Amino acid sequence: MDLFEYQARDMFEAHGVPVLSAEVITDAGDAAAAAERIGAASGGVVVVKAQVKTGGRGKAGGVKLAKTPEEATAAAEQILGMDIKGHTVNAVMIAQGASIAEEYYFSVLLDRSNRTLLAMCSKEGGMEIEQLAVERPEALAKIPVNAITGIDEAKAAEIVQAAGFTSDQDAIAQVLVKLWDVYRAEDATLVEVNPLVKTTDGQIIALDGKVSLDENADFRQQHHADLEDASATDPLEAKAKGLGLNYVKLDGQVGIIGNGAGLVMSTLDVVAYAGEARGGVKPANFLDIGGGANAEVMANGLDVILGDEQVKAVFVNVFGGITACDEVANGIKGALEILGDHATKPLVVRLDGNNVEKGRAILDELNHPLVTQVDTMDGAADKAAELANA
Amino acid sequence: MTIYLNKDSKIIVQGITGGMGSKHTELMLLAGSHIVGGVNARKAGSTVTLNDQELHVYGTVKEAMEATGANVSVLFVPPAFTKDACIEAIDAGMPLMVVITEGVPVKDTAEVFAYLDGKSTRMVGPNCPGIISPGESLAGITPHTIAGKGPIGLVSKSGTLTYQMMYELRDHGFTTAIGIGGDPVIGTTHIDALEAFENDPETRAIVMIGEIGGDAEERAAEYIKAHVTKPVVGYVAGFTAPEGKTMGHAGAIVSGSSGTAAAKKEALEAAGVKVGKTPSETAELMRQIIRDLDA
Repeated sequence: MDLFEYQARDMFEAHGVPVLSAEVITDAGDAAAAAERIGAASGGVVVVKAQVKTGGRGKAGGVKLAKTPEEATAAAEQILGMDIKGHTVNAVMIAQGASIAEEYYFSVLLDRSNRTLLAMCSKEGGMEIEQLAVERPEALAKIPVNAITGIDEAKAAEIVQAAGFTSDQDAIAQVLVKLWDVYRAEDATLVEVNPLVKTTDGQIIALDGKVSLDENADFRQQHHADLEDASATDPLEAKAKGLGLNYVKLDGQVGIIGNGAGLVMSTLDVVAYAGEARGGVKPANFLDIGGGANAEVMANGLDVILGDEQVKAVFVNVFGGITACDEVANGIKGALEILGDHATKPLVVRLDGNNVEKGRAILDELNHPLVTQVDTMDGAADKAAELANA
Repeated sequence: MTIYLNKDSKIIVQGITGGMGSKHTELMLLAGSHIVGGVNARKAGSTVTLNDQELHVYGTVKEAMEATGANVSVLFVPPAFTKDACIEAIDAGMPLMVVITEGVPVKDTAEVFAYLDGKSTRMVGPNCPGIISPGESLAGITPHTIAGKGPIGLVSKSGTLTYQMMYELRDHGFTTAIGIGGDPVIGTTHIDALEAFENDPETRAIVMIGEIGGDAEERAAEYIKAHVTKPVVGYVAGFTAPEGKTMGHAGAIVSGSSGTAAAKKEALEAAGVKVGKTPSETAELMRQIIRDLDA
């Protein structure tokens, strides 16, 4: 899960990382009062910043300086509701203005390729880091970080030195140690500060932050649930999540239900290939029902998929590994009973693996007008695409 | 021969008394695995009877190894305790540790991986179906009934795609099929398995299954080009996956231009790997390779 800038700011503050005061508003009518409170310590100057989970806000006009409460209101009115790369701005952060002397870059992240952690640091912050990495790679220090020992004072000093800092080394290193604390304590997979600034009065401050959190750690990070952005979640995805289903909405006509992430991803691809010759129909979703394909799970899955108005046909693709195909067939049968008249779209079912004969026999016997069985994955994908294109 | 696991492997199960642990221990016994005991600190000294076999529960991995000579541990431990269970197995000097558990925080896995440095343990997983050497042994959850022994080596990030591909190629069979897992950090990579299959005289050809996310397939392609002489057939899942959406596995996510299925397919093909569009087509490519080898 990626955080908004204001959420990252709050998290930084909670771990002792120096940040500027700020407030978040969703109504431009609250901007003036917030600007008065926040700007009191900076001569009335505040920065109004769009809160969206994408880069390039500044260029899109989503960041504005305001010298008075009236200007802050005007800026908030302009920015709220703005579309930045497909993200609607629902909130703005009103942050204290700062007099910036220098801009730096720092991040710590998971390095999948090397199966370790990586710190990146540069004296040249502010610009997009991808651009810096391409244009001036020598200006970006990359230091592997051991996942167990992390960034202690010695490691922070090593990073600061590698980045070529010749002044303020201790002050910067102290901030890096605190940013590591955010990474470690919050189960982050990315903590990025761009820019990390030195103000004209010599303070080191994290001016803008990005944090990504590991959802696998939610069991020990219960407060992370409050950070979820309910407004951005697709209603069907929200419904599926509530039912404990692993569902991702896509833009297509063939609803997909399968077991196991890899097989479901493969099913989407096979349907997309088949769709090329069937009017360009595409998969409508990813839905992994996992190992337990009982009637309730199957009914919940079908219920979510049939709630997608774009869906014209559904492909149930199950390879019975541990799960037995007769259980899956009974799941489909039970789901159709539970859904009754709500089940209105054709279902193509492909069962293979454990107890496949029994499973197919159950569906043969059911002889439901909506259900078609096809023996192979490729054949079933083609049938589903054909029905979705009818 | 097989890789990593054979009929002489002596297996213990960490988490043998839990629901998943006991169910899959039964299935491993049915597959012919030589299970020699289990570990649960709170139930040390007790026994469990699974598939008519009485298995001793030890308090620690070290005790279990000393008492049984176990050289493989399979872990069915909840995510919150997986890191500690792994470290216990590593400290005991367990040669092979197969971590089935899904949902382990990546920080924990990264710590375990860092801890492995300089140690003798090989980790497979986490979040994987484990290893099967058909007809010899199963350390994991792959159904032993799908396919028998044969000349093909299989390595895959995905569990169900492993099953699907074994089923597609059940007419030929496998030396070993290994599911390495779909998490961002894993203990054994495609490259490790490719190297082992290359060195295994009975493996004649290799199927490699990848999926979106990371650059493991691209790295494997480089490795194949430089080091693998046996024919390799590939399959990559996730061509239709959109950017920024996790597809079930924590590691299956396309970010920016990196991790796409198209890039992986291209890299593999550049290394001389034939890549199938669907699992069935991939299996057919493998059949053709076997026919060519037999010709």
